[in-house]
Amino acid sequence: MTTNGYLDMELLRFTTAGSVDDGKSTLIGRLLYDSKSIFEDQLEAIKLSSERRGDEHVNLALLTDGLKAEREQGITIDVAYRYFATPKRKFIIADTPGHIQYTRNMVTGASTAQLALILVDARNGVVEQTIRHSFIASLLRIPHVVICINKMDLVEYKEEVFEKIKEDIKAFIAKLDLKDIHFIPISALNGDNVVTRSKNMEWYNGPTLMYLLENIHIASDENHIDCRFPVQYVIRPISTEYHDYRGYAGRIAGGVFNVGNNVTVLPSGLTSKIKSIDTYDGALSEGFPPMSVTLTLEDDIDISRGDMIVRSQNMTEVSQDIDMMICWFNERPLQPNGKYIIRHTTNEVRGVVKEIVYKMNISTMHRLENDKKIGMNDIGRIKIRTTKPLCFDNYAKNRITGSLIFVDEATNETVGAGMIH
Amino acid sequence: MNYHLNHLKELESEAIYVLREVAAQFERPAILFSGGKDSIVVAHLARKAFYPAKLPFPLVHIDTGHNFIEAIEYRDWLVKEIGAKLIVGSVQQSIDEGRVVEEKGFNASRNALQTVTLLDTIEKHKFDACIGGARRDEEKARAKERFFSHRDEFGQWDPKGQRPELWNIFNGKKGMGENFRVFPLSNWTEMDVWQYIYSEKLKLPTIYFTHKRQIIERDGQLLAYSDYLITKPTEKPKEMQIRFRTVGDMTCTGAVISNASTLEEIIEEVASSRTTERGTRTDDKRSETAMEDRKKAGYF
Repeated sequence: MTTNGYLDMELLRFTTAGSVDDGKSTLIGRLLYDSKSIFEDQLEAIKLSSERRGDEHVNLALLTDGLKAEREQGITIDVAYRYFATPKRKFIIADTPGHIQYTRNMVTGASTAQLALILVDARNGVVEQTIRHSFIASLLRIPHVVICINKMDLVEYKEEVFEKIKEDIKAFIAKLDLKDIHFIPISALNGDNVVTRSKNMEWYNGPTLMYLLENIHIASDENHIDCRFPVQYVIRPISTEYHDYRGYAGRIAGGVFNVGNNVTVLPSGLTSKIKSIDTYDGALSEGFPPMSVTLTLEDDIDISRGDMIVRSQNMTEVSQDIDMMICWFNERPLQPNGKYIIRHTTNEVRGVVKEIVYKMNISTMHRLENDKKIGMNDIGRIKIRTTKPLCFDNYAKNRITGSLIFVDEATNETVGAGMIH
Repeated sequence: MNYHLNHLKELESEAIYVLREVAAQFERPAILFSGGKDSIVVAHLARKAFYPAKLPFPLVHIDTGHNFIEAIEYRDWLVKEIGAKLIVGSVQQSIDEGRVVEEKGFNASRNALQTVTLLDTIEKHKFDACIGGARRDEEKARAKERFFSHRDEFGQWDPKGQRPELWNIFNGKKGMGENFRVFPLSNWTEMDVWQYIYSEKLKLPTIYFTHKRQIIERDGQLLAYSDYLITKPTEKPKEMQIRFRTVGDMTCTGAVISNASTLEEIIEEVASSRTTERGTRTDDKRSETAMEDRKKAGYF
C-alpha cells in the first residue's frame, strides 16, 4: 500500500442485516479477516474467548459483538460500526442485528448506507426477515442491494437452490422500490465467493462479494441537481481583519453551487448572490455534496441556523403540513395528537401528530388501515403539522432534506424517524 | 464532471459538520486534548470548521502528572499556535485532595484515576459537551459509540440505552446536569488519521517518531523507564530504538521497536502492522471488557 495510492480512495458505507443464525457476523469476520483488517491481538483475544466458551472454531462473531451482554448472549444488540480497507476502497460497515425487536437498529444503520447486504440462509430460503430487510432497504432508499445466499455448503452448493431463492426474492421485491440488486451464492464459513471465487460453484459466473463491494458504481448516488444548503452555523469573527465577515457554515446537501449563483433563502424568500465559497484551505469556485463549506452572500440579509439556501430557480417545498413514513423507536407508542420536537436538517420546530393513516405489516408488506397503534419498531404513514414551516424535499429526491427525527419533549430521547413523502 | 470527494476529504467534511453541530447545539463545549495524534487532528479540524473565526471552545487537558515531557511541550506550543484557551485538570491535585487513591504495586497506573478528575473538571467548568478524539475502530466497546454520546448526571455511559443516530441529524438535547461526549473522528481508522496528518502536514510530538530510550520490558510490553514506573528488582532498563503509537500516561503506554523517522515511514509501518495500536496499551488488557467498564464509569 503506497502512501499516494491510499490517499485517493473512495468511501463506501454499507449495512448488513440477517436473521439470528444467518452467519452475518461470520461473513463480516470473513471480510475483515481476508482483507487482513483483523490484527493479531484481536485474533488472539477472540481465540481465547472462543476457547473459554467452548466453541469448536474460532468464533469470528466475537469480533463484532463488542458489549459484554452481547458476548454473553451470543447476540448483537446494537449497531456496531466496522472498518476495513482494500487498495481500492475504504469501507464502513453498519452491522445491525436482525431480530424483529431491533428494526430500529436496522433503520439506523440503513440511514447512512449506500449499499445493503442482505443475508439469506440457503437452507431456509426467503423468511419473514428477508422481506423485512428488503422493505427497510427500499424505505430508506439504499441505492444498491446485494443479497447473499449463504451456507451454500450446507445445500451441497446446488445451483437449483440458489436459483429458486433468487426467483422467490425477485417475486416479492418487484413491489419495492429497489433499483440495483445483485445475488451471490456464498459460504461465509468456508469463504466461497466472499473474497475468492468458489471452486465449489463453477456454475456461478458473477462477481465475488468483495469484487462487487470494490467496484460497484457509487459516484452517481448523490443528488447533483437540486442545490440545497442547510445553514448550520453563522461565522462572525470578532477581529479587525475580518471585521465585516459574515459566513454561513454548513454541509452541502444537494446540487452544485457556484460563485455568482442566484440564491433564495428559505423560508424567508429573501434573495441574493453567492459571493464566495470559503474553506480554511482557500476559496472554491464550486461546491458539491458532501462538502462542508462556508458561503458568503453579496447582500447583508437576515439568515440564521435552520434556514435553507437554494438556487432561486429550484426551491424546496415549504410547508407546515408534512406527510411521511415513520419508524418508531420508543417503548411509549406514537401518541395520536401527541406533540414532539421535530429535527429536520439543522432546523428544530415543534410538531403535532394530525393523522395516523396506516401501519405497515413489514413482514407481509400489507397496509393495516384499521390498526393505527404505532409502537416500538413499527413503521407507518402519518401526517403532522409543525409550528413553523419546514423547507423539505421528498425523501426519494434527497435523503438529507427529506428526513427528520422525532424527539420526546419530556425525556429528550430520539423516538422516531420520518421519511417525507 | 467528477463531483467526488476522496475518503479523507469526506471524513474531514463529516468531522467539520459534527464540530459545527456542537458549537450550535451546546452552550459550553470543550475539546478534550491529550496531546495524542487523534486530539491533534480534532483541534486542527476545529480550526478549519470555524475559520476565519477563532476556536469557539477551550482545550481541556486531563493531566495524570505522568506525562511524556514531549507531549506537554507540544501541547503548550499548539495552544499558542492556534490561540486557544487551555484548561488543565490535574490528577495529582485529585490525589492531594483525597478525591482518589493512587494504585499500588508494579502495574500501578493513574489511567483509571483520570475518570474522577475528568468528571470533576467537567462539573467545575459546567461543560455540556466534551469533544474527544476516540475512534470506533480502536476497541470493540467503542465500535458501539455514537457521535453524540449521552452521559447521565453521574457521567455514565449506558451502552444499551443509546439514542438512535440517523442520517446526519444529531440530538444533543439533555436534562439538567447531563452532558455529552462528542466524537468527530468516529468513522476514522488509525490509517486515516496518519494519512490525514501526512496530507495536512501536521506537526506531531516527537515521541511518535523513532528515538533511543531506556525501556523496561514487561509482559511483552515495552514501557518507558521513568521515575513514575515502579520496577521489580529483576527489571533492568535497556536502551532501545523505539517510537510510540499512542500517547497516554507514561506508565501504561507501550512503545514499539521502530526506525520510522518520517510520516511516510510510519504509514508504511502501520499498513504492514499486525497488531492494533491499542495492543500497546496495558490499560486495555486488564480484562476483556476493560474499555467498556471504564467507559460506563465516565472514561474518555
